[in-house]
Amino acid sequence: MLRWLVLFMVLALPLRAEQVVLGLSRDEVAITATFDGSDILIFGAIKREEPIPEDSNLEVIIALAGPSEPITVRRKDRVAGIWVNVDAVEVDEAPSFYAVLSSAPMETALRQVEDLRHDITIPRAIRSVGAPMNVTDAEAFTEALIRIRAGAGLYQVLENAVDLEEDTLFRGQVTLPANLTEGPYRTRIFLTRDGNVVDIYETSIAVNKVGLERWLYELSRNQPLIYGLMSLAIAIAAGWGASAAFRLLQR
Amino acid sequence: MAIGDMLIYLPIAEVSVNAFLLLGLGGMVGVLSGMFGVGGGFLMTPLLFFIGIPPAVAVATEANQIVASSFSGVLAHLRRKTVDLKMGTVLLVGGLIGAALGVVIFNYLKAMGQVDLLVRLSYVVFLGIVGGLMFIESLRALRKTRAAGGAPVSERRKHTWVHNLPFKMKFRVSGLYISVIPPLLVGVFVGILSAIMGVGGGFIMVPAMIYLLGMPTKVVVGTSLFQIIFVTAFTTLLHATTNFTVDIVLAVLLLVGGVIGAQIGTRIGTRMKAEQLRILLAALVLVVCGKLALDLLLTPSEIYSLGAAGGH
Repeated sequence: MLRWLVLFMVLALPLRAEQVVLGLSRDEVAITATFDGSDILIFGAIKREEPIPEDSNLEVIIALAGPSEPITVRRKDRVAGIWVNVDAVEVDEAPSFYAVLSSAPMETALRQVEDLRHDITIPRAIRSVGAPMNVTDAEAFTEALIRIRAGAGLYQVLENAVDLEEDTLFRGQVTLPANLTEGPYRTRIFLTRDGNVVDIYETSIAVNKVGLERWLYELSRNQPLIYGLMSLAIAIAAGWGASAAFRLLQR
Repeated sequence: MAIGDMLIYLPIAEVSVNAFLLLGLGGMVGVLSGMFGVGGGFLMTPLLFFIGIPPAVAVATEANQIVASSFSGVLAHLRRKTVDLKMGTVLLVGGLIGAALGVVIFNYLKAMGQVDLLVRLSYVVFLGIVGGLMFIESLRALRKTRAAGGAPVSERRKHTWVHNLPFKMKFRVSGLYISVIPPLLVGVFVGILSAIMGVGGGFIMVPAMIYLLGMPTKVVVGTSLFQIIFVTAFTTLLHATTNFTVDIVLAVLLLVGGVIGAQIGTRIGTRMKAEQLRILLAALVLVVCGKLALDLLLTPSEIYSLGAAGGH
């Protein structure tokens, strides 16, 4: 019975010559009070029924994306001697975190057409529909968004960061910074041959605040008045307690 | 994990900060506030900007911290009966109106992306004026004490326009019979500052009470603390319910450092002369003001900035 089932499953698989089989060092990241970033090891194997094709070049690309949200990018200009935000462009969708890892430089690992189809590189992951009439250089705003987030370690392009062994085993490591946004982190692994995507594997890593952090955050959003009153009470108690303790120490 | 890098994740600010840096900042500002008898909000809020706390969180959290750090002070003044409760209530009514107005202005400018500018400009203007006046005043006082051999300057209460306004009220503790309009306006003004700048506003209210309302010096500090504690509590609640920007973890860390610092500061303060203290405080205020002004005037290294869309 089991043998038939396995056989059935193998037959039911789509006709793809090479497939990604994935492992993750963790599929959950917990933001605790002492959270200071986290490393995720993404590893896997390439499953195939036939011998490794020799005529084309196999590469692996890993894309890890945090939840997307609309963002306003503002630009300062000098007005009456001081620097003031003047122009603003709304970016409709920008991932709060984005990392692209590849086993070769991106130009060789991925053809541009495939990038357009699957939205793999950082500029493709950001969706900006329109800029207001007075802004003529909207691209500068998207570039600034990428530059600022890259500077904060939120957008990462890591070429040659995926180890590919014997065209079969691969592994890559993503370092998540401390200032993470909560939510599901979409993880995609692309298998390319001569820059053409031959297989995609998609999974999700959950990033969540836990424990006290979660509780405080939820309370502040769902019961803001109670949270506010509680903050006052805790602060007064802490302030009073600390000064009372100090006075006791003095005696 | 080494003790030197105890990072703590702030749930509302959503950044990781070294816990000891926060305790240290709280302590440092606490020492200064103990030395000079000021709240220290006007120093703490800009310092929080400098270490990367989002301005909206810094302002709201600082309001929360001021409530707590003023609490034991108010209790002490109530015991010594150096609080004019009636005057305090009038100032408070004005303060609550002002705080509500301030939060409306704050949220409106936040939606326009100009809140950062508003906060920084307010700081430059008020720190500049207060620091400058204090500096000149204390220089003059230093010169006078040297010339007159330390004889105290007697103060005579003058009859100004303040005494000609309607709605007069008797303030027994302060020994005043004046219109409620000036204290109400002072309260409104300080309330607006509290909401926008995340300060208690003592540095504006205390001079206004002495010079404008003519209150006796011994009730000024207690009465202003009484007003500050309620106005900043109200501001905290307004920010917590409209902006969700009060970070309790941040507030407690700053507070613990602050209380300990204040005790040390008070001890240092009693060993120094009043004029020296005042000139030091004036210099400090001017330095913070200068740093903020430079940030506005010099070409920034990054002219682009990111903000939440829609301005909520």
